[in-house]
Amino acid sequence: MSVPRYWREEKYRYRLIGSRCSKCGEIFFPRRLVCSKCRSRQLRDYKLSEKGRIVSWTIIRNPPKEYEKYAPYAVGLIELDDGLKIISQLVDLEPEEIKTGMRVEATFRKIREEGSSGIIEYGYKFRPVIE
Amino acid sequence: MRRVAVAGIGLTPISEHWDKSLVDLAVESSCRAIDDSGSLNFDTLYVANVGSAFIQRQQNLGSMISDALGIKGINSLSIEASSASGGFAFNEAVRAVASGVSDSVLVIGVEKMSDALPEEVASTLAMSEDQEYIAYTGITNFGLNALIHRFYMECYGVTASDIAMFAVRCHEHAEGCNHAQYPFKISVDRVLTSPMESDPIHALECSGIGDGAAAVILKPFEGKDREVEVLATATSTDIFHLTQRRDITTLNAVCSAAEKAFRTAGISRKEVDLLELHDDSTIMGVLSLEDLGFAEKGKGSTLVVSGVTSRTGELPTNTFGGLKARGNPIGATGIYQISELVMQLRGEAGKCQIENARVGLAENLGGVGSSCSVAILRRL
Ligand SMILES: [Zn+2]
Repeated sequence: MSVPRYWREEKYRYRLIGSRCSKCGEIFFPRRLVCSKCRSRQLRDYKLSEKGRIVSWTIIRNPPKEYEKYAPYAVGLIELDDGLKIISQLVDLEPEEIKTGMRVEATFRKIREEGSSGIIEYGYKFRPVIE
Repeated sequence: MRRVAVAGIGLTPISEHWDKSLVDLAVESSCRAIDDSGSLNFDTLYVANVGSAFIQRQQNLGSMISDALGIKGINSLSIEASSASGGFAFNEAVRAVASGVSDSVLVIGVEKMSDALPEEVASTLAMSEDQEYIAYTGITNFGLNALIHRFYMECYGVTASDIAMFAVRCHEHAEGCNHAQYPFKISVDRVLTSPMESDPIHALECSGIGDGAAAVILKPFEGKDREVEVLATATSTDIFHLTQRRDITTLNAVCSAAEKAFRTAGISRKEVDLLELHDDSTIMGVLSLEDLGFAEKGKGSTLVVSGVTSRTGELPTNTFGGLKARGNPIGATGIYQISELVMQLRGEAGKCQIENARVGLAENLGGVGSSCSVAILRRL
């Protein structure tokens, strides 16, 4: 992967930034240039909630390339407190502990490595909230 | 608009064809379709394929395959719409003939998956999703299906066994099918005790990895003996990210493609005699029954469990085994579905033949339901 391709998403992945339509107020993740609700082109950066709950989840046992060494790993569909949904790996818990409705929060983690000399990619994963 | 007919079909068996290349498979299926139709000349060739750029590092299939068939000087290109490539290519071919700009179109669906390692296949399939925010999380296509599958079970109180029956019925139908990859029966217990592919989806609920090619020839409808008329084709899309859909258990692209196709065909759902659906895993087959309008939301698996979708039921579905048992050579799958409808409607389905087949519907999905094609075919 080229460095710019990774670098241009950094802000959005590291800080969980999406878009909010200035016209109709709809929020989106990932970011977009045209609102899919009202087709306005006036969208601004929007900071997502970093906490939410698990709506659905799975365990990936046959992973794609560059994810082999992490398998098996859990991936959840999470509804954030602001209502947006996000797909993310679930970490710091065993598969048996995962339950629908569980509270989770974003955490900064390594995502994958491109061989031994390529880019090491970081980004968000979600872990259980300790109340 | 002109009436359009399928004038010929040709299939290769779906298998791991170690001794055959992508082009070999494309040529083999095309020659069978040419022999079936008796038509040698085409002005347009569409190739439906998903993985060649990544798996074989081969592009420009349009020119490559038309030359391999000895055809020169025609409009030839590939069409990609994820695993709905076959259905979308068919749709384009029908439009070309209906509009009068083409008089004879050859559509070839071809996929050669066994040239890749399993993790490369998973990566190829995940290319249908946003690389930056979905595939990036390490989720696979079956993983996305699994998110829907679990949510659907909890939402509608449907059991794992009810959904698994979709795979069982597919395998019942594949028995005796010459081109099927897995032409044998399996029990629901065997499905539910198979290893997890992506929880809660079991390995035996998923389509496998296979190579195959299917070809169809489209011409203006003339009312000849073995012609099958294309009553309607339609395609549609949905919100690309599963995360942004209001209800993840509804495939909106299926609803709207079906709506358009039925409107064009001018027939009701009751007039449909058989279905070929896109069950890349069992839940997608169940959702397809619902979103095409054949079952209420949450009740798709009831039709399967009760036998309505069986060969002798009221609405035989996946009559040669569907993606699960016939096989799912991604870009070719949609063309297999069309060819299978033609075989049923002509009465040439052999051991898989259903009775009184007059109208058939094929549904082909791409991504996690973000692209959908629907075709309705009729025998006179
Ligand atoms: Zn808006």
